[in-house]
Amino acid sequence: MSEGFISRAFRGRRQKSDVAGRLPPGQYLERGFPVLSAGPTPHTPLERWDFSIVGHVKEPKRWTWQELLAFPHETPTVDISCVTKWTKFDTHWEGVSVETLLQQVEYDPNVARYVNAFSDGGYTTNLPLADVLGGKAWVAFSYEGQPLAPEHGGPARLLVPHLYFWKSAKWVRGLRLVDHDEPGFWESLGYHNYGDPWKEERYQGD
Amino acid sequence: MERRTLPGRLTWQRGEVVATEQETARAKSITLALPTWMGHRAGQHVDVRLTAEDGYQAERSYSIASPPEEQPRVTLTVERLDDGEVSPYLTDELRIGDKLELRGPIGGYFVWEARLGGPLLLVAGGSGIVPLMAMLRHRAAVGSTIPTRLLYSSRSYADIIYREELEHLDEADQMLEVVQTLTRVQPPGWTGYHRRIDTDMLREVAWPSDQHPLMYICGPTPFVETAAASLVTLGHEPARIKTERFGPTGEA
Amino acid sequence: MENKLDGNAAAGMLQAIFPFEMTLVQVTCAGCGTTNLLGATAAYMHGMGTIVRCPVCDTALIRVAQVKGRYFLDMRGVGVLQISAEA
Repeated sequence: MSEGFISRAFRGRRQKSDVAGRLPPGQYLERGFPVLSAGPTPHTPLERWDFSIVGHVKEPKRWTWQELLAFPHETPTVDISCVTKWTKFDTHWEGVSVETLLQQVEYDPNVARYVNAFSDGGYTTNLPLADVLGGKAWVAFSYEGQPLAPEHGGPARLLVPHLYFWKSAKWVRGLRLVDHDEPGFWESLGYHNYGDPWKEERYQGD
Repeated sequence: MERRTLPGRLTWQRGEVVATEQETARAKSITLALPTWMGHRAGQHVDVRLTAEDGYQAERSYSIASPPEEQPRVTLTVERLDDGEVSPYLTDELRIGDKLELRGPIGGYFVWEARLGGPLLLVAGGSGIVPLMAMLRHRAAVGSTIPTRLLYSSRSYADIIYREELEHLDEADQMLEVVQTLTRVQPPGWTGYHRRIDTDMLREVAWPSDQHPLMYICGPTPFVETAAASLVTLGHEPARIKTERFGPTGEA
Repeated sequence: MENKLDGNAAAGMLQAIFPFEMTLVQVTCAGCGTTNLLGATAAYMHGMGTIVRCPVCDTALIRVAQVKGRYFLDMRGVGVLQISAEA
């Protein structure tokens, strides 16, 4: 029914492209920080919180909040892009590199080629192992110099800025190393398994 | 017995704006003529969709303000959110003669019609008055004498949507009582409440729980949650409380 | 604040898929076993999709995303649906 229908004089919220080169295709620059939640905000007390690496590892590993914080911190400044088309430039985070955590476990990278991140509340997302190594991913607990707010994934979320932001799982509690690419929460509902914003890999088949 | 069928799955319809009315500085009513409209029930809403020239689309939900008795005309009352993407277009740009895409009516859960009985308690926060107004207009249109109370919270006198119509309904109808609260600023001589709704206010305004009223609460999410919790505290049955949260900012 | 609404808010999306009034349907949660009117559940709606959750245990009852002209519908959280056979 909508074929050819145009709302007279409607332009929507999109920005003019003075920032064109830096925005991935189809994105607009957002100055706020929208909250998109698929469920209620979890509130796990820090004394019960832990982060685990499980699955195809020689021995699963688990760290308490204090133990996580004892690892070296990094302070990445990154652009983030949501599949709902907003991009934020120069967001400032503090966290522990996922690579640092993976160095604490033994695994065969020819077998454990993928990870499933899992979170409080049941959210999951899948990524190639290579995409959380090499300084590309963090377990982040501060945003803009403040402890990460619960609605944005606090106490800690995964941060994988080179992929669409649904891969940066909020309320992350661990990674499961697996041997196949198993679609997570949104991937099972038609979203792309990889999600490269520069190739506009929003949906399956893109 | 034949199952009543809706006209298949919901699809987009196109209506034409035939009238607009500024209700308050920020709220505007838009009346549409919808040739394929199949009717609605008071409390239901529509999804509105705007399409830009490059194909970009934005969708939002708006409650229907008009009663079913006015079909095939449908009136929406839209409150302009300053940083909204859709509401400023509807309140500032849309004019008589323009076409608007919408689908509906939607939501068989948050509806009231006279045959459902009462007594009826309506609790509105800001633009949450819209679907409840459809219920009051329907009630008036069918000449219902079901005892009804409306508790309506607005920021100021100038922000009361449908103020004159509500005054008129209140005065003309012995079985309807409209109670206002103004939360930020009150005019001189104001005799209504002047604070946010709370359990004490609802204790004074709501029916006693042994009257088993039907209760409808609509407005911003924090407002709705406070009102619903208060009514439960006062002993009302949760199953007879229906809520329509408009989200944190009031735009559903 | 999280984007949580009443199940009734998801009615538009659901009625674009199901040819009947979904919010008046009773759903039995596969997580906790309680039965609720869909209109009385919690709906989380944003640009990626709509997630309808059990008001008692938060289990995702219905998940919907609209992707390139198709609806992806996951209803593993619903044990039983009760739909009126009459008007």
